[in-house]
Amino acid sequence: MNETLNKIIGRIGLPTLIITLLFVVICVIAIIIGLPFGLIASDVIRRFGMFGVLALAMVPAIQCGTGPNFALPIGIICGLLGSLLTIEFGLTSPALGYGFISAVLISLPFAIVSGWLYGILLNKIKGSEMLVATYTGFSIVSFMQIGWVTLPFSHPEMRWPIGKGLRVTVSLESTFGEVLNRLWGFTIGGVYVPTGLLLFFLGCCWLVWIFSRSKSGIEMITVGANPKFAAAAGINVDRNRIIGTILSTILGAVGIIVYSLSFGFLQLYLAPLYMAFPAVAAVLIGGASTSKVKISHVIIGTFLFQGLLTVALPVANQMFPEGNLSEVLRMIVQNGIILYALTKMGGET
Amino acid sequence: MHLPRWGVKRKMTPVNQMKITPPKLSVKVRRLIFDNSVPLLFIIICLAGVYFSKLPLVFIVNTLLSRITRNSFLVLALVIPVIAGLGLNFGIVIGAMAGQFAIIIVTHYKIAGFPGFLMCLLLATPIAILFGILTALLLNRTKGQEMITSMIAGFFANGVYQFILLFLVGTLIPLKNPDLVLSRGIGIRNTIDLATETGLKYSLDGVLQYPLFNVLVVVAVIAIVSLCINYYWKRKKIPETIDNFRFLTQIITVIIILGVSLYVIRTGSPLRTVKLPIVTSLFIAGLWFFNELIIKTKLGQDFRTVGHDMEIAKISGIDVDRTRIIAMVISTVFAAWGQIIFLQNIGTLSTYGSHVQIATFSIAAILLGGASVTKATSGQAILGIILFHTLFIVSPKAGNNLFGDAQIGEFFRAFISYGVIGVALGLHAWNKRIQAMRKRLEVL
Repeated sequence: MNETLNKIIGRIGLPTLIITLLFVVICVIAIIIGLPFGLIASDVIRRFGMFGVLALAMVPAIQCGTGPNFALPIGIICGLLGSLLTIEFGLTSPALGYGFISAVLISLPFAIVSGWLYGILLNKIKGSEMLVATYTGFSIVSFMQIGWVTLPFSHPEMRWPIGKGLRVTVSLESTFGEVLNRLWGFTIGGVYVPTGLLLFFLGCCWLVWIFSRSKSGIEMITVGANPKFAAAAGINVDRNRIIGTILSTILGAVGIIVYSLSFGFLQLYLAPLYMAFPAVAAVLIGGASTSKVKISHVIIGTFLFQGLLTVALPVANQMFPEGNLSEVLRMIVQNGIILYALTKMGGET
Repeated sequence: MHLPRWGVKRKMTPVNQMKITPPKLSVKVRRLIFDNSVPLLFIIICLAGVYFSKLPLVFIVNTLLSRITRNSFLVLALVIPVIAGLGLNFGIVIGAMAGQFAIIIVTHYKIAGFPGFLMCLLLATPIAILFGILTALLLNRTKGQEMITSMIAGFFANGVYQFILLFLVGTLIPLKNPDLVLSRGIGIRNTIDLATETGLKYSLDGVLQYPLFNVLVVVAVIAIVSLCINYYWKRKKIPETIDNFRFLTQIITVIIILGVSLYVIRTGSPLRTVKLPIVTSLFIAGLWFFNELIIKTKLGQDFRTVGHDMEIAKISGIDVDRTRIIAMVISTVFAAWGQIIFLQNIGTLSTYGSHVQIATFSIAAILLGGASVTKATSGQAILGIILFHTLFIVSPKAGNNLFGDAQIGEFFRAFISYGVIGVALGLHAWNKRIQAMRKRLEVL
C-alpha cells in the first residue's frame, strides 16, 4: 500500500500533488459558500489562457540548460515595445487582428536581438544563471522606466494628458483588447469559453513541442541535459544555449502581448518587475524541475497555479473581507515552490 | 569588483619562494585606483549630482548624516556572510522581520525611550537566531546557489510574515490594542506610529547628540595620535611590516577631515549646527570593531577557510555546515538590530513595507563601496552607504535640473541600485567560471 502510494507521489511529484489538493479544497469551499460557479469557472479558463504563453517561455530556457528564465522581463519589455509601436503607428486594422498580429511581428526583431545578446551574457556566466537572470531582469525593467518617460511616443491614448511620458497603464479597448478572447468565444452552462485564446495558447504549445522534436530541438535538449556529452558529440553548446534563450525571449514577448490583450491594458513601468516569478512557479508546480520540463508541465502547472489564485481570491474575500489573503497565499505558494526546486537542484555543479 | 587580473596567464609562484619587494609608489597608486574603480566612478557621479542638484550643502550633509547613521548597521550586517562564502545575504530581510516583530511587541507594552530600545534588541535576538538557523539550513541544502535562495527565501518569509501579522493576530494570537490592530479586530495596522509619547522614535538617536564637526575634530586628533604611536611602535619592533604608503594616505585623510572640520567651526557656517547621534554612532563603530575582531579569532579563520574552499575546510576538520549556520545567525541578528535602529530613526513602522527593499538597497550600497560577492570589508560598507545615499538625496533634484523631470532622477537611482547588483553578480559569475576553467586546465 505504502509502496504504491510512494510510486504515485513519485510520478506526480509532491508539489503538484499538494497544490492539486489545495486547489480542490478551495474549489469545494467555493461551492459550499455558494460562489457563482459560472463566473469563477470562466475566470479560471481566461486566466489559464492569458498566462499560459508566459509560462511556456520557461520551456526552451530550461531545455537548453540555462534554468528557468528569471529574465523574462527582457521578453516582456520587447512585447510591450511591439504593442506600443503598433498603437503609435495605428497598425490596428481588422486584417492585422486589430493590432495583435502587428504587435507580435514588431516585437519579434526586438526579442531576437535582445535574446541573442542576453544569451551571450548567459554563456559567460554558466552556473549562476538564475541569480544573474533575476537581476538582469530587474535592471532592464528599471532602465526602461527611464525609457517610458523619454521615448518619443506621441499617441494621445498612451501619453499622460499633462506632463511627460507614457501612462502607467495603456488601455487596449480601442485596439486589440480581448481580440483573442472574443474570437469564436461561446457560453456554455454559464461558462464563457474564450476559444481563440485557448487555441492560441495550445497552438504555441504545439509549436514548441514540434520544435523540440526537430533536429535542432533535439540538439538543444541534449545540450541542456548533458553539455559535456553534447560537446563531445560535436554539438555547439554555446550556440544552442543562445537559441534557447532567444526562443524563450520571443515567447516572453508574445506572452505579454497575449496577457495584456486578455487583461485589456498594457502595464508599463514597474509592473513587469516580478512577472517572471509566477511564470517560473507555474511550470515548477506542473512538475518541472530546474533542468527538466515538458509541455504538459506548463499546461498542468499554469492551470493549477492560476486556477488556485483565481478561486482563492473570492473565497479569501468571503472569509476575510479586509486584507489580501489570496495575495499572501500567492507569495507563499509561488516562492515556496521555487525554494523547493532550488533545494532539489543539488549542490555545486 | 574583481575583473580577471593580469595574473590570469602567469603561473603562481609558491609563497616561500616569493621575494618580498615593496612595489613602487606609482604602481601602488595605480593599483589603488584600479582596485577601487567602482567607488571612484560613483564618487565622481555623486559629486556631479551634488553640483547639478544645487541643493544647499547643509541640507545634504544633514540628510546624509541621518541616513548614514540609520542604515550603516544594516549594511555592516552583510560583511560576515560574504567572508564565510555565503555571498551577499539577501536574507537580511528575514532578520529585519524579526526586528519588526520585536518593535510591535515593545510598542504594545508601551516601553518608551532607551529601555524600550534595549528591550527591542533583547526580544529580537532569539527570534532572529531562530530565523537565521532556518535560513542557514536552507542555504546548506542549496550550496552554490546561496544568493538566489536567500532572495527567494526573503520573498517567501515575507508571505509568512504577512500571514502571521494580517490573519493570525487577533485570531490565534490574542492581541487587543486599538493602536496596533485594525478596526475589524484582526491584523496589524499598515502603519504604526512610533513617534507617540511611549513610542520608540529617537530612543537611540536622542540619547546623546553633539555637533558633528566638533566630534570629528576630537576623533581626528585621537586618530592622528594613535596612528603616529602605532607607526613608531612598529618601526621599533617589527619594521618589516611598515607600510609607508598606507600610513601616509591614512594620515593625509585624517588631516583633511581635521582641516575641514576646523574650517567649518571657525567660519561659523550653518554646517556647524549639524548634530551627530553619539550612541548610534557607537553602536555602528561597535559592529565595525566586531567585524574586524572576529576575523582574528578561530571562528573568523574558519569563516575564511569555508568561504575560500569548502572542500579544503572539510578536510582540515572544520564543520562546514555549522560554520555557515553561525555566520548566517550572526548576520540575521545584526540585521534585526539594524532594522530596529533604522526604524527608531524613521519614527513610523510601515508594517508590510519597511523591510521589503532593505536587502536591495543595502547590497547595492556595499557594492558601490567596492565590495564584491567574495570580498567585503566594513570600510567598504560605510563608504558605500555614503555614496549610495548621496545619490539618493541628489538624484531627483539633479534629474529635475538636468532633464526638467524629477522622475528621471528617481528612476535613475532605482536603475543604479538594481544595475550595480546585476553587474557585480555578473562579473562575479564570469570570474568564477574563468577560475574553474583554469583549475580544469591545471588538472589536465
